[in-house]
Amino acid sequence: MAEEKIGVYICHCGTNIGGKVDVEEVTKWAATQPNVAVAREYKYMCSDPGQDLIKNDIKELGITRAVVAACSPTMHEPTFRKAASDGGLNPYLLQMANIREHCSWVTIDPVAATAKAKRILSAQIHRLPLNEPLEPIEVPVNHDVLVVGGGIAGIEAALKLSATGKHVTLVERNPSIGGHMAMFDKTFPTLDCAACILTPKMSALGKDPNITLMAYSEVEYVEGYVGNFTVKVRKKARYVNTDICTGCGACQEACVVRKVKSEFDQGLGFRSAIYIPFAQAVPLRATIDPAKCLTLSKGKCKQQTCVSACGPGAIDFEQKDEVVELDVGAIIMATGFELWDAAQETRYGYGRLDNVITSLEFERISNASGPTGGEIVCKNGEAPKSVVILHCVGSRDQNYQEFCSRVCCMYSLKFSHLIKEHLPETEVYELYIDMRCFGKNYEEFYRRLMDEGVNFVRGRAAEVTDVALSPDEEGRLVVKTEDTLLGIVRRIPADMVILSAGLSPAHDAKEVSQIFGFGCSANGFYLERHPKLEPVATVTDGIFIAGCCQYPKDIPDTVAQAGAAAAGVLGLVDNDTVKVEPTISYIDPEKCSGCHICVGLCPHNAIQYNEEKNAAEVIEAACKGCGVCVSACGSNVPQQRGYLDVQIFAEIEGALAV
Amino acid sequence: MSKFKFAMYWAGSCGGCEIALLEIQAKIIEVDQNYDVVFWPAAADFKYKDVEGYDDGYIDVCLFNGCIRNSENEHLANLLRAKSKVLVAFGACATMGGIPGLANLSSAQEIKDLVYTQTPSVDNPDKVYPQERFTVPEGELDLPHMYDTVKTLEQTVDVDYFMPGCPPEAHQIAGVLDVVTAALKGEGELPPKGATIGVAPKSCCDECERVKDEKKIAGFRRIWEFFPDREKCLLEQGVICMGPATAAGCGARCTSVGMACRGCYGPPEGVVDQGAKMLSTLASIIDAPDPDEIARIAATVPDPVGTFYRFGLASSLLRRARV
Repeated sequence: MAEEKIGVYICHCGTNIGGKVDVEEVTKWAATQPNVAVAREYKYMCSDPGQDLIKNDIKELGITRAVVAACSPTMHEPTFRKAASDGGLNPYLLQMANIREHCSWVTIDPVAATAKAKRILSAQIHRLPLNEPLEPIEVPVNHDVLVVGGGIAGIEAALKLSATGKHVTLVERNPSIGGHMAMFDKTFPTLDCAACILTPKMSALGKDPNITLMAYSEVEYVEGYVGNFTVKVRKKARYVNTDICTGCGACQEACVVRKVKSEFDQGLGFRSAIYIPFAQAVPLRATIDPAKCLTLSKGKCKQQTCVSACGPGAIDFEQKDEVVELDVGAIIMATGFELWDAAQETRYGYGRLDNVITSLEFERISNASGPTGGEIVCKNGEAPKSVVILHCVGSRDQNYQEFCSRVCCMYSLKFSHLIKEHLPETEVYELYIDMRCFGKNYEEFYRRLMDEGVNFVRGRAAEVTDVALSPDEEGRLVVKTEDTLLGIVRRIPADMVILSAGLSPAHDAKEVSQIFGFGCSANGFYLERHPKLEPVATVTDGIFIAGCCQYPKDIPDTVAQAGAAAAGVLGLVDNDTVKVEPTISYIDPEKCSGCHICVGLCPHNAIQYNEEKNAAEVIEAACKGCGVCVSACGSNVPQQRGYLDVQIFAEIEGALAV
Repeated sequence: MSKFKFAMYWAGSCGGCEIALLEIQAKIIEVDQNYDVVFWPAAADFKYKDVEGYDDGYIDVCLFNGCIRNSENEHLANLLRAKSKVLVAFGACATMGGIPGLANLSSAQEIKDLVYTQTPSVDNPDKVYPQERFTVPEGELDLPHMYDTVKTLEQTVDVDYFMPGCPPEAHQIAGVLDVVTAALKGEGELPPKGATIGVAPKSCCDECERVKDEKKIAGFRRIWEFFPDREKCLLEQGVICMGPATAAGCGARCTSVGMACRGCYGPPEGVVDQGAKMLSTLASIIDAPDPDEIARIAATVPDPVGTFYRFGLASSLLRRARV
């Protein structure tokens, strides 16, 4: 190994690192380490003057390797590698030593933090002489895009991309796009009719020649890498030929199975076994529910009324699921949320007490096209004289979801307004912990509702009961709560209790994220690459996220994120090529025994067996550098550039050398 | 021209290596033509003091088999190092610690307790243990001191070459002797110091004739539990075969007769820890989606240390269990 001149650059990161680690001490120590030619410290190494230190040392001192002791490589490794490159050094001869996330942020004792910083730095100083210069690999980019999820986020992203001429495939799990927004009556705080602003977008998407809509379909399998994903989508059988179905709805009128609880109406209304989920559905096509259809579930529907009702003859009981393979350059995940299951909070009686309903059920009740035609009524058909809205059900609760679901305060205010609008004599109570009205015109909306005579009670409901203690409570619900402003315990009689349930990650968010190869945060929502600077990117290059699958958010934020994700995608698929990391695996055929272990394991199908050489081979363009083959091979034949065994062992030795 | 000087020594080992040398059959005559045996306790009557009397470097080549288990092994290792021009760690025990290296899971005292008091067939009510020193009317007798930790030859003295195998295969021994003899005669060159000799490049799988395909394992089995397919890779059939993490050179004799490779030829070039590497390989090919199922399959691995570190515990990154 030739003598190397290592430059060491230690960042204070303001007080993020400097407040805990004795940076001066670490710098002095680093200067004494093997091969180190210069060790410098700086307040913010990522700033221009900080980066210039590296560039200048490359030019003036002739340093041949560099290590930046600062934040996580996922944060600024690209920044510093670019600086090295600008200075004339191969970027892969620069290493990051993470003394922030791995050290100063997680270590309490400053002495221990300083010692740990030295170890982390020492690991990199020991490995650096073994680093090899690498060149990025340039691969072609497929210009098409996949959007997963057809709620407002997915719709918005697809339309934005289509407007730039890109071809988009939108895959939606349900029979229609529209998502949760399509279920709402009004939107806060402007009280726009949700359908009025959403359906034009849905319809535009359905007609857009640049968009292929695959509703009632699910992504099963994804492989490939940035610019070159191959996706397998299962088109579930609708048992209706959608090419000839006109969406007239005659079949659902004719169907003999009419009492299926409507998912769209939250089970408050009914649909037939063959159904169009709602009048504005896109695509406006019928779907047969195979579990409910007598022909499909039992093999006996005497009349098959749908078949005779369908003019074009679109019904096809023989239809099978179809798996379609797509090639795309980038993917936007907009798979949304699920309402927190309010039945878990048994003391509120959801599922046990009539007229305790969830917020989404109230959305349907208040909706003019909903099961009650927009009449706000209790189960017995009478208008409630008193309605209590419980905030933070399942949210801000250490027993369930610790986080704030962000939209519940505002939609609860909207509910109050709708009730007051429909039923001015009805008393409305909002039981809140804090009112979180943070958006544009939100606080003003809150003020307006106070003027509308809504009773705001600060307190978290203890229980909802039907046990009456006074004649006034007889035959009604009673909400027990502490009013923390008055300092008293109250019993509020009510005819209807609305549980403002929080937003949860989709039940299968984790599995879906694994199919696409990125992860979820601790709270179960999709993990963004960086919470502030990369909120719509994921750790997988080329895969972006938008809307409530990332975290609960309101419609304006969702739409903004969808646009941001579309811009991120465009910045990628608008190019003909993309540079990918050269830190991929290689196999020396002279060492490979052809045992086949790695061949079946490569998640990217980047390894094939060459019979002639009796050896495995890496397809460079397909390898993503995940390292599976490296750890799987019993003979250490596959080696990953940038993560060679000798380099890793040198790091371990370095860490233990201090 | 005088003959070259040959020595062979048997430290902590079973004696199989000594017999393996004779497996070269008629070639032993060639050895006799070229070498004078100056120390070989298993075959000829020499005393330690004879060796102590030799000049340093007197022995041209010494094949040292067995691990360093006690003070006597250590003394001989030091002695033979000093007296030998070329010191070869011969066989799995000398190179990796071998099967005796599994004693590193226990302390010396634990082993003695087991052997002298706890074994069901032992009747030792007074708990009599062997003593390192004992005085008899004729004088004082002594026994070597048994160490807690088994070491390889290289962990004890400087070693020139490593020749793995339990025992090394005869054709490899013959080949190595040819190379060494030629070099001593000035007709050839020795391999670079520190080389592993008597092995082939690649892993044992390269020499194994079985048909190999992609591997996905839903459970591990031992060879007596079923009739393995004669053609197919044993690992694919759920038998833990160390082949992928073992150097070639033996000719894959075990797998050719239906026995899984036990790993005696040590790790292939570039692998630091044979057991850890094999564990990594097996973990990669367990075919199960959920942690419970994976745990169930992993629990079917019989004797994990004895399987993955059957020969290599003493030379592994772990070296031994804590005492």
